[in-house]
Amino acid sequence: MKINNIKYFAIVLGLLMVTYNCSNDDDNTNNDPTGPDFTGTFVQQDQMGRPAVNTVFVSSGMKDAFNLTIPSQQSGAFQAMFQNNLQALSPAYANPGDTNALGLDAAAFTGLLATDVLNVSLDGTTTFFDGTNVLTGRALADDVITVELLLIFGGEDFSENPGLSNDNVDANDKAFLTSFPYLATPW
Amino acid sequence: MKKSKLLVAAAVLGIATFVAIAADHIDAPAVQGGTSDITDFYAFQGENTSNIAFVANVQGLLAAGNDSQNATFDENVLIEFNIDNTGDNVEDLVIQAIAQDGKMYVFGPTAPAQTGINSTIVTNAASQLEVDITPYGQSAITASSGGMMAFAGPRDDPFFMDFAQYSQIISGNATSFNNPGADTFAGTNVLSIVIEVPKSMIGGSGTINTWVESKRR
Repeated sequence: MKINNIKYFAIVLGLLMVTYNCSNDDDNTNNDPTGPDFTGTFVQQDQMGRPAVNTVFVSSGMKDAFNLTIPSQQSGAFQAMFQNNLQALSPAYANPGDTNALGLDAAAFTGLLATDVLNVSLDGTTTFFDGTNVLTGRALADDVITVELLLIFGGEDFSENPGLSNDNVDANDKAFLTSFPYLATPW
Repeated sequence: MKKSKLLVAAAVLGIATFVAIAADHIDAPAVQGGTSDITDFYAFQGENTSNIAFVANVQGLLAAGNDSQNATFDENVLIEFNIDNTGDNVEDLVIQAIAQDGKMYVFGPTAPAQTGINSTIVTNAASQLEVDITPYGQSAITASSGGMMAFAGPRDDPFFMDFAQYSQIISGNATSFNNPGADTFAGTNVLSIVIEVPKSMIGGSGTINTWVESKRR
């Protein structure tokens, strides 16, 4: 990666020198329309709604396919795979009537997750889960991984599999800003 | 019985998920490590509670220093925020962001030219703005227009998780998380696009469904 960067840098430098040399020969001929280019058809490569969905629930050979399936078709194409993977990860879900703390059984939970969109309330609190509000958005400080682990492993009342239901990393390594652009300065 | 079953399942899934990281970082072979790899997506009420802020992060796991200094938005990759406000999981509005010559150009919210996998940029959108991309090491440069705000540039990766221990569990080498855990993403940066819009421009009230896409020309 580093070597590549150096290579690219060298190439860019070379191009810059060539460009510079050329521009000496044709000053102000107004042949340099290098404005922004908004043309062309852009074809999808990656997509994301809720955190970690593709990573956790989509089998390895299907991850690119999931990224190229529009959300309105995801549940039909992927719900069964999600359910199989959920039940492999957390076998209690295979028991009839077994649910998570949202009252969702394996079919209902994976039906929700397979349509990978983030639901966002325009009427108030926006959070992945804050103890009261559920799936009303995703705030920067939301501990989304622990919420997902709890819903996968924690059973009906978040008490099952305590060693798997919390990664015990509850906050970011830098404080967020209260004002736009909200994200912390880079390291 | 339960535990051994879990371990077998973990071993099987381990093969499936070992190379995939966390929120959406490096989630799939075609995009991992590339300039169109989305690492995270956030949508939340802004400091001004009449607004919603959308955040798309790309190109994760950038180390401090040269790695972050040299990271640039790909000028052939469109980042598109999709908004469904009719409940059918089909985008009614898009916010399109693309970098060109040191600036991030933002179009929308506006009806897309077409829905789905392929997009063209709605250059005649009624709402649009541009912002200088903030260079690494400099204070955040923001722009605002028509009630909207925009930012683009390197930021601390806001995602946190003990992904290393998760991998150990999934690959059958551990049976639980550590307490305290260790944030695998501590000290790493991402390239961020943050766009804040008045709620009135995306439906006003109720619940929207939203997702982000990277698209390459």
